[in-house]
Amino acid sequence: MSDTALPGPKGPAARNFFAALQLDTRLLGMIGAFVVLCLIFNVVTEGRFLTPRNIFNLTIQTVSVAIMATGMVFVIVTRHIDLSVGSLLATVAAVMAVVQTDILAHPDVLGLGHPAIWVLAVIAGIIVGVSIGAFQGWMIGYLGIPAFIVTLGGLLVWRNVAWFITSGQTIGPLNETFTMLGGIGGTLGESASWIFGILAVTLVLWLQIASRRRKASHGFPVKPAWAEVTLGAIISIAILGFVGTLNAYHIPAARLKRMFEAAGETMPEGLEVGYGIPYSVVLLILVAVAMTVTARRTRLGRYIFATGGNPDAAELSGINTRFLTVKIFAIMGGLCALAAAVASARLGFSTNDLGTLDELRVIAAAVIGGTALSGGVGTIYGAILGALIMQSLQSGMAMVGVDAPLQNIVVGVVLVLAVLVDIIYRKRTGE
Amino acid sequence: MDTPLVEMKNMCISFGGVHAVDHVTVDLYPGEVVGLLGHNGAGKSTLIKILSGAYKADSGEIMINGEEVHIHSPRDARSHNIETIYQTLALADNLDAASNLFLGRELTTPFGFVDDDAMEAETRKIMSKLNPNFKKFHAPVKALSGGQRQSVAIARAVYFNARILIMDEPTAALGVHETQMVAELIQELKKQGLGIFLISHDIHDVFQLCDRLAVMKNGQLVGSAKTTDVTDDDVLGMIILGKCPPGATPGPGALVDAEVVG
Repeated sequence: MSDTALPGPKGPAARNFFAALQLDTRLLGMIGAFVVLCLIFNVVTEGRFLTPRNIFNLTIQTVSVAIMATGMVFVIVTRHIDLSVGSLLATVAAVMAVVQTDILAHPDVLGLGHPAIWVLAVIAGIIVGVSIGAFQGWMIGYLGIPAFIVTLGGLLVWRNVAWFITSGQTIGPLNETFTMLGGIGGTLGESASWIFGILAVTLVLWLQIASRRRKASHGFPVKPAWAEVTLGAIISIAILGFVGTLNAYHIPAARLKRMFEAAGETMPEGLEVGYGIPYSVVLLILVAVAMTVTARRTRLGRYIFATGGNPDAAELSGINTRFLTVKIFAIMGGLCALAAAVASARLGFSTNDLGTLDELRVIAAAVIGGTALSGGVGTIYGAILGALIMQSLQSGMAMVGVDAPLQNIVVGVVLVLAVLVDIIYRKRTGE
Repeated sequence: MDTPLVEMKNMCISFGGVHAVDHVTVDLYPGEVVGLLGHNGAGKSTLIKILSGAYKADSGEIMINGEEVHIHSPRDARSHNIETIYQTLALADNLDAASNLFLGRELTTPFGFVDDDAMEAETRKIMSKLNPNFKKFHAPVKALSGGQRQSVAIARAVYFNARILIMDEPTAALGVHETQMVAELIQELKKQGLGIFLISHDIHDVFQLCDRLAVMKNGQLVGSAKTTDVTDDDVLGMIILGKCPPGATPGPGALVDAEVVG
């Protein structure tokens, strides 16, 4: 990525090619590992792994952990840890469930099935999540209690606050509109998905061109034009391919028929309708974009990474690192609330064990995605890819019929190996 | 004489009963370099950290251009155009040169987003003056050599129109060529009318670069002198024994003659 690489180092052509693209080699490695993993499962399952149906399911299963993993990147980058996310998710899910079924659905308030219920429930959840996160952040930043301890306490406290709120009962069924956040029950449909995909491609290309122009206007070196075009083409194909795959998973005929009957129409013979992008995935994409912009283009993000790299330097540069800690944990809490909405909506109920062991999945996703526990290093897309790899591994093994204990053993081993590979990689590249 | 740029009067600070800085008074005039000398733990760095806002003094007055100011944080210090180059460089190793240069004072676009390109352009400009060989604008600073890191730290202090510059061991980690570069820079900044506090262990450096020097021992000021009025040995005596030579103005930390003669 250094400027000296630009005129083209002497070396094999393939190396020249990748150098010109200026891609993150780490990211390429992760994508490579992911592709290999998928191909292996696809062969072992005789082609059942890489079907539109399974890919659709994989994405909606990943969303909840992936949303939290983006927040965990900020937490780990600043050398903290959050063990309470799974429990926090349960508490927020319980609050949202109680708000929508007991309070808002009461005939004297809004009444069952009122269209505003889902928004109000989500807002209530976000307020609770952000408040709890900020409170934990305050204890860490201002009282100086280590994050490990505060959130270890939180792990116990919030799991049981959830239990306390619901008296241990499963609450539901949840509001119908709310459950559309869960995945299969709420998707954009084929046309809207294509529009979404095309908008995304347009945005990516526009950003690419704008960045190139800006660099050129300052007189900085830019990538060769062919490299930009190749990169743009790869990203566009990836986005449209993803949309196409989700659209290719068709709504089962019986279900489609029921939907037509509910609308008072008859279903035309032989009609096939694809699901398209689930709302939960749209939410994840929005979260990913917002968090990436925060990390790269805002002062907050800059201070998070600076504090992770050298807390003393950050302090001496006039950064209020205590308040920064509060903000980071508040963001984490807000993301737990969004994840809670998705997780409980997917189930249709709020249960006490919702999000159990999620803290480990979320931390593992962030770490597999290249977030260094020593601080200062990590990416949002890496964490999401990490979550996807974890989920693929788990559900792939389930499809193959690996015994449950073996599944967890493999996931544990992979986590440790991933970090080992990362350490070796960093040593080699001198990062 | 004109009003001093900085006057620190009777500064005191203690940590857990230890008087790290004990009634120290120093001053600094525009276009002047004052060297602060002393053993490790003599209190030089602590004194200077009070001025840069990293520590808060227990008592004492800080006057800038004759007016009393209150410095409670690094931000306050910066608002009085006091910039510091720390011994440990105080760089975020994982960020690039531009991010470090503007840390805490990022340039932003009209929408409030961090404007990396503008910051890189400014960094390239200032680096072409300070260290024309500097090319690694996109690498994290941990990938830079000691001299390159030092030029980032210096660029950060110089870029924001500092009037008072604090340099804590600026040449400790540098090679011969880079030390020379820092020396030239100090001369240049002096001409521009900046006041510079230079903390150093190297007496040779101090005599070469400074107009005056102040020596501390055990948190107290031994004395201060013009570099032309004292010799190397005089200064060594001040640092090691706390003995104030005839050419210097004694401070509260100076040994009384009787004790020396014994």
